[in-house]
Amino acid sequence: MNAEQLLDHAKQLATEAERLAGESVRVAQKAAQSATGSSDITQSAGVDPFIFGLTVLVLACFVGYYVVWRVTPALHSPLMSVTNAISSVIIVGALIAAGPAETNFSQIMGFCAVVLASVNIFGGFIVTQRMLSMFKKKR
Amino acid sequence: MTENISSILYLVSSVCFIMALRGLSSPETSRQGNVFGIAGMVVAIGTTLALPSVLSYEVIIAGIVIGGAIGSFIAWKIEMTALPQLVAAFHSLVGLAACFVAAAAYYRPEAYGIGEFLAIHTSSLIEMTLGLAIGAVTFTGSIIAFGKLQGLITGSPLVFKGQHPLNALLGVGLVGLMVWVVRDQTEIGFWAILVLSLLIGVLIILPIGGADMPVVISMLNSYSGWAACGIGFTLGNSLLIVTGALVGSSGAILSYIMCKGMNRSFFSVILGGFGGESPGGAPRTQGDKSIKTGSAEDAAFIMENAASVIIVPGYGMAVAQAQHALREMCDILKSRDVTVRYAIHPVAGRMPGHMNVLLAEANVPYEQVLELDEINRDFNQTDVAFVIGANDVTNPAAKTDPTSPIYGMPILDVENARTVLFIKRSMASGYAGVDNELFFRDNTMMLFSDAKKMCEEVVKALK
Repeated sequence: MNAEQLLDHAKQLATEAERLAGESVRVAQKAAQSATGSSDITQSAGVDPFIFGLTVLVLACFVGYYVVWRVTPALHSPLMSVTNAISSVIIVGALIAAGPAETNFSQIMGFCAVVLASVNIFGGFIVTQRMLSMFKKKR
Repeated sequence: MTENISSILYLVSSVCFIMALRGLSSPETSRQGNVFGIAGMVVAIGTTLALPSVLSYEVIIAGIVIGGAIGSFIAWKIEMTALPQLVAAFHSLVGLAACFVAAAAYYRPEAYGIGEFLAIHTSSLIEMTLGLAIGAVTFTGSIIAFGKLQGLITGSPLVFKGQHPLNALLGVGLVGLMVWVVRDQTEIGFWAILVLSLLIGVLIILPIGGADMPVVISMLNSYSGWAACGIGFTLGNSLLIVTGALVGSSGAILSYIMCKGMNRSFFSVILGGFGGESPGGAPRTQGDKSIKTGSAEDAAFIMENAASVIIVPGYGMAVAQAQHALREMCDILKSRDVTVRYAIHPVAGRMPGHMNVLLAEANVPYEQVLELDEINRDFNQTDVAFVIGANDVTNPAAKTDPTSPIYGMPILDVENARTVLFIKRSMASGYAGVDNELFFRDNTMMLFSDAKKMCEEVVKALK
């Protein structure tokens, strides 16, 4: 291998590196785009968001299973009202729908959902608190 | 706020919700758990409000204030006996909110980054239609459950010919519609799913009888969780998925516990038709057997001279609002060195844990309130079992009569106590529509009266 060949090689490598650099910039731009497009961070990692969601779902079901079995039967009513209150976390979706400054069908739907979910959040937590305050140690 | 920060805050909120449920493992930690739940919700709402796409704060705050005021008012005013109705009503709101969010996402998918109107990503559309359908079923199903618990709709099961084929047909139709919407993105199909799901919600709850309400409420609790989960998938929001899964599994476990408490399979409950009036034919046998009746004075005398009394409360106590009078009676007995304890059957009342809340409301210390398997063996060493407003859960036929509709159901063995005092308004059978042979036993004394009135009279006689 003489010096000329080496030079050729080096040139080739340089152009290759340049191409790769361009590619990586494009990938980064894409990733940034998809990250802003949706709150799902895994899109940039290349995993289908559905698989990501499924992973979260299955793990959360396991957590739920073990946590709920430990709930004492005496507190099953408060359990029900508190789960009712936290399921109103659906308000997150409602807020995004009601968020834009302009008024349209979706925004009205979002507003209605915000009202309903708020009834539930306040009502659910208050009624749970009322119930639990009765379960204080007596005498 | 960047996506990463908001995702981490949503994670914090999810952990708070898990801690909220974790706190309920004992009464001491439960109030702290509720505070965790509230904190989680505040973080979730605050994070969402700080998202760059959320701008119309006036509208949103107005919505939260209106909803919050209504919710707080109802929650402060509600009687504890009306708790099952309240929970059913709240479930319906979650279902309806899920429908609204699904509709909003359908018409403005770009706000959630899931495509364009009529060109939504396939997977998002599948999840959205599922969320919509479950939300709609939860909505109307809970309204029917509310109506039944409130007494607006008859508590007995409404059955008609061809009910199951019709439901199956509607179910198949719903799946077909979903496929159509996902393939062709049609607007009409989206609304058709909503209408059909609303109808299915009505039809599946109507045929379920009053006695099965604990299962129904738990089931709807579960559904409201899965609806949130479906919306969470659509929006790609892990907080909604986690919370939905927690609520969904909690409701499912409660349904399982309730079904086991009645020795019935989940499917037989869903198919409905159980409870209410007993079907014609089986003649009542009370005519040829004798029963012993007693007065409040007799009951007071027996309990005063007993060493131990176990109280068995049921839905009748809730209806009569007898818990305070009952507690007063027990306080007098305790002051005369009678050991008083309470035995709670898993399906007593109209929702899981209903009796525990009512007794707690009447200031009964929760250490004295025991579950079926904790206390059942103690009945043979007990002088008096005081049954107030319960019936089917004490029926020995569940153990001895294989033809009985409640055969196999775990019961409280009150018949092993030396004396059974049974408060009842009349000889009518319980919700399962079966006679209770306990009434005709030699050691049973029937106290025919309203539960509250009887307790008050016993108190008077004791003084």
